[in-house]
Amino acid sequence: MGMAAESQFHVLAVDDNIIERKLIERLLKTSSYQVTTVDSGSKALEFLGLDEHGQSNPNQPSVSPNNHQEVEVNLIITDYCMPGMTGYDLLKKIKESTSLRNIPVVIMSSENVPSRITRCLEEGAEEFFLKPVRLSDMNKLRPHMMKTKVKDQKPEIQEEEEEEEEETPEVFQSPQHHHHHQQQQLSNNNNKRKATEEGLSPDRTRPRYSGLTVVSN
Amino acid sequence: MALAALKAQLNGFVKSMHDEGMLDSQFTQIQALQDESNPNFVAEVISLFCDDAKRIITELHKYLDQPDVDYHKLDAYVHQLKGSSSSIGAQRMKLACVDLRQASDEKNKERCLQALNKIMYEYCLLQNKFQTLVQMEKRIFAYESNQQLKESGYAGVST
Repeated sequence: MGMAAESQFHVLAVDDNIIERKLIERLLKTSSYQVTTVDSGSKALEFLGLDEHGQSNPNQPSVSPNNHQEVEVNLIITDYCMPGMTGYDLLKKIKESTSLRNIPVVIMSSENVPSRITRCLEEGAEEFFLKPVRLSDMNKLRPHMMKTKVKDQKPEIQEEEEEEEEETPEVFQSPQHHHHHQQQQLSNNNNKRKATEEGLSPDRTRPRYSGLTVVSN
Repeated sequence: MALAALKAQLNGFVKSMHDEGMLDSQFTQIQALQDESNPNFVAEVISLFCDDAKRIITELHKYLDQPDVDYHKLDAYVHQLKGSSSSIGAQRMKLACVDLRQASDEKNKERCLQALNKIMYEYCLLQNKFQTLVQMEKRIFAYESNQQLKESGYAGVST
């Protein structure tokens, strides 16, 4: 049942520029993700069920009153340079929120500033894409979303899914690798977001540093 | 005009824009995102870009017209335009924006005005070419839609 999730990953894209929003939306949809776009960090928080101060607010219009996580977001991709709340500010707020901090966040920027990139990665961003973003960048999102999707499953269901995965390996890119990820997830819990801990894990091929040198040309 | 000829015409036109440095490989990426489910993607992006560029250029004029130029605001707008230009592959527009940003960093009003003129010049050229490009896209789309109508058995418009 979880296998059908491949086409249902939901990405929240945040960018104040209308052309860039259109482009990222098309790139994401072409990669078979569901997309919601917003034009600011504050709108993103609203959509995620938090108010400006990072407090849970189940009364937001776009969110179910029962469970603010019902509008499930599997990944947030945000521009860095935005007026008001920057992508970095948004990243911080997400990582400070107990309900949202497990959602992978990817930062995009038109400027290749190493200190900026480091700052974002240290704050917990999974990847840093240089703009203009390309279709090939979209493929880098899937592994991050798959980790989280499986993590959200209950342990007993997870065991069943592990068996299913072995039977249908084509769903995941590298099932054995993914199994190991699951085991890592169970033991690492919420600490996975700490940059140092992630750096220590030897079996996780974190593409993010190689992502630093990707210049989309 | 047969479909293949229409497409060749469009490709040739786009290539000439590439050759003149008006477009870079990012525009090819935009074209690649157009398909049967999104047959107007290129035209839509161009339309959004042109509206946005016009709006920003107007703002840039306003800010440069002030006796006391707010270079911070100016820079914010140029950043936007540079981003849009980059996303659509408008290479010369992007470079013109870089010039204006530099002039703005230096708080050099004269240089800023020159750079803004360059932006306007590039925009005029680009917008003109884009208009032609979109017309070609429309013709191709109309031709393909007509073909589909014929194939599904409806009475089509004879070409």
